[in-house]
Formats: sequence, C-alpha cells, structure tokens
Amino acid sequence: MNDSLLKPQLLRIIPCLLLHKGGLVKTTRFKSPVYVGDPINAVKIFSDKGADELLIIDIDATVDEREPHFESLRGICSQAFMPLCYGGGVKTIAQMEQLYALGFEKVSLSSAALERPELVREASKKFGAQSVVVTLDIKRSTFTKRFIVVSHRGKRKWTLDYIDAVQQFVKLGVGEIVINDVDRDGTMEGYDQALFRKAAQASPVPVVALGGAKDLADIEAVLTDGGASGAAAGSLFVFKGPHRAVLINYPERNF
Amino acid sequence: MIAIIDYGLGNVSSVANMLKKVTQDKVVISGDHEVIEKATKLVLPGVGHFDQGMNNLGDRKLVPLLTRLIQEEGKPILGICLGMQLMCLRSEEGSAPGLGWINAEFKRFPAGSERKIPHMGWNWVRFVKDSQLTRYALPNSRFYFVHSYYCARNAPEDTLATCAYGPDFTAAFEHKNIYGVQFHPEKSHQFGLAIMRGFASFGE
Repeated sequence: MNDSLLKPQLLRIIPCLLLHKGGLVKTTRFKSPVYVGDPINAVKIFSDKGADELLIIDIDATVDEREPHFESLRGICSQAFMPLCYGGGVKTIAQMEQLYALGFEKVSLSSAALERPELVREASKKFGAQSVVVTLDIKRSTFTKRFIVVSHRGKRKWTLDYIDAVQQFVKLGVGEIVINDVDRDGTMEGYDQALFRKAAQASPVPVVALGGAKDLADIEAVLTDGGASGAAAGSLFVFKGPHRAVLINYPERNF
Repeated sequence: MIAIIDYGLGNVSSVANMLKKVTQDKVVISGDHEVIEKATKLVLPGVGHFDQGMNNLGDRKLVPLLTRLIQEEGKPILGICLGMQLMCLRSEEGSAPGLGWINAEFKRFPAGSERKIPHMGWNWVRFVKDSQLTRYALPNSRFYFVHSYYCARNAPEDTLATCAYGPDFTAAFEHKNIYGVQFHPEKSHQFGLAIMRGFASFGE
C-alpha cells in the first residue's frame, strides 16, 4: 500500500453506506439501487477492519416523507467502535437528539438545511458545531455548466451556487460539510478533484468529498492536493473487480 | 457497578457498549440519584454545547450530588469530551461556570490557514505520566477527536496526555480520583478499548 497514505493523521477515509428498504444498497447517479447486504453486518465488518468513521445515509426517508427508522439504527450503532454520522429524513432538533442518544456522533442535514437554514444554527447552538453536518448534493447544470445544489434524490433543484451554500452554512455554525457529487455517484470514474478543492478552499470547517472515488490514489489526491479533510466512498469499499462483486473492504492503515 | 451519567446529552449507548466489553462489573446508564450514589465508578460523557451541558446537569439537580460524590467521597470519575470540559472552571464556548473540580479552562482553537475547526478526526496522543487509566494503552495510541474547544490551561502536574493540533494541548488530565479525556475512547477502536479497560480495572 502506498506509504504516503499512512502519514496524514487527521485525514479520514470514510465508507458511505446507503440504507434503502432496510438493506444496504449502492446506487448509480442516485438511481437503480442494488442490494449489497445487511447494514448491521456491514458496520460490524468495517468496525473490525478499523475504519476511521462511517457515513450512513437513508436514501428514502426524505422522499418518502418519513422519519429516520430509529429502531433499526440502534442495531447499527451497537456494532461501531468508530464514529458514525447519520443522514436521511432529519428535519427536527428532537430527531437529532434521538440520533445522538442512539450513538451517532454527527447528524447530517440535507434537504432540511436547504428548506430551513435556521435549523443548522439551532442545532449548532444546542449540540455544538462538531455534531452538525450539512450534506450538499451537487449536480452539473447542463445549461450553465456550473455546479448547483439539488435535493430529494436529485429531483429538486435549488438556484444556489454550491460555494455560496458552503459559506452560508459555515456562517450558520455547521461543523462539517459533505460535498456529494450526484453525477459521479456509483460510477467509480474518479473524484472531480476541482469540485472538492474549491469547496475546501472556501471553507474553514472540514469538507468531505463523496462521489466517484476510483481507487486509493484518487483518495490520496483528494486528501492532499484537494484539501479535503475526509474522503468518503461507497462503491470503492463494497465492490471488487470489473463485475462489481460485493466484497466489503477497507485499506489497512498501519501506524 | 459503573454508572454512565445520563443527563440528556451524549452518546451514552456507545460508552456502555465499549465498557461492557472490558469489564465483568455491571454497567448502567442512569440519571437517577440513587443509582449514581450506589455506583463504584462514574462516567460523565457528553456531546454538545457547554452551557447546554451545565443546564442539563442543573435541571436534573445533579451538581450538588456529583460534587459531593467526587470531591468529598473521592469516587473515581471519567469525563469524556464535553464531560471533561464540564468538570473544569469555564469554557469560551459558553457563559455558564463549569463544575469547577479541575483548575483548567477551555478556549476555542484559533483559526489557522491550514487548520480546520473543529479538530475532527484521528490524532496521536503522547502520554506524559504513568496512570492507572493508561496502563494498558497501546503503543502509538491514536484516538478520535471532535471538538472546537481545547484545554488551554491546566495545572501541569494534572496533565496526563498531550496532542498536537497546531500547538500542543492537554488531551487528558488526571487529578486524584478525577480523569478527563478530550477524545472519544468509545469511538477509537482498540486504542479506546485499552483506556476503558484501564478505567474499569481501577482497584483491581
């Protein structure tokens, strides 16, 4: 394994797990979810492999207009001896409180933060900035070729430049921002390094890159040149080989 | 019996999960005064804002009880993250005074060109004195940190471990029966397990 990956001590490599109808899935460009396995088992495996942290996202909750499935999340939390961040359908302070009590270190707000940005300020005041994450789903506009913010599984478009969004949420007290590249989701074609670099430069809070990670060199690049504080990936850690056989994997970090 | 103090803030389940792996002793999560009184060891976890933490302790009338158990009766207590901060004099994060058991105060990390705030991620720690808490600590110990405020000033003899994020800061302290760790042992894999094992095995 590449030695230079072993040095950045605070730069995190973060498997991203998507929950859909009770199972773990992988999507491609936010579509066509494919069943990958049991979430509790996957979390246990990642924990046993010493994963730095996990990002767990329920991809149905907002679109289905329902709450997070607290009870099934309890099982997930019991298997993790590393930090967990949860996102999906979180809209209220009370829900966030429940999630922290279950064992999540961080809770991610996405559509709720766009619909009511004040929620970010309220959450940061109550739970501390370090517990509050905003995930921005980003697509490339076919007209203007710029990066725009979307929500609701990519169906709803916001007239909001993603850098403006980053700066807005920083002002509201967010602790971390995940930039999620919808167009590269599930493709493993490589991170769009420029997309993440711009966000990291604009943000005094940690920025996590997500979407399209191709291999460890790609991860290393986004963490060093890219300035990202974390590199998240889905497909890279659950698939292996050209036929995308399911195999949960995580790079060894021998310190 | 080890009691993890439930004051409405903090990942009590995670702390319990890890403690149960390292001790045969009973581990309970409770905000009940009687249970806390009966415990042989206490853990004060915490994820959140300093003032909210002090408010929650106040609402549950835990401050006089804990102060008596800790300062008069000398019950061992481990404060984790916010829990560690609350045991001190004050924090720049809020306006409420802390529990005041430890002569220390917390300041916000200064914004640096390369340094993102909060300090979020795995970082190495240097142990500067021997302690029961760290007797099983693994070599090259690293732990998960997630905080914007750090222990800026404390009695040097209380410093148990330091960590570097820009300048060095106190990552753990020990003062008689009181232990505080800025990092999250319950979220630090085998490195954290070793610290929990140290705490759980006091008196053995």
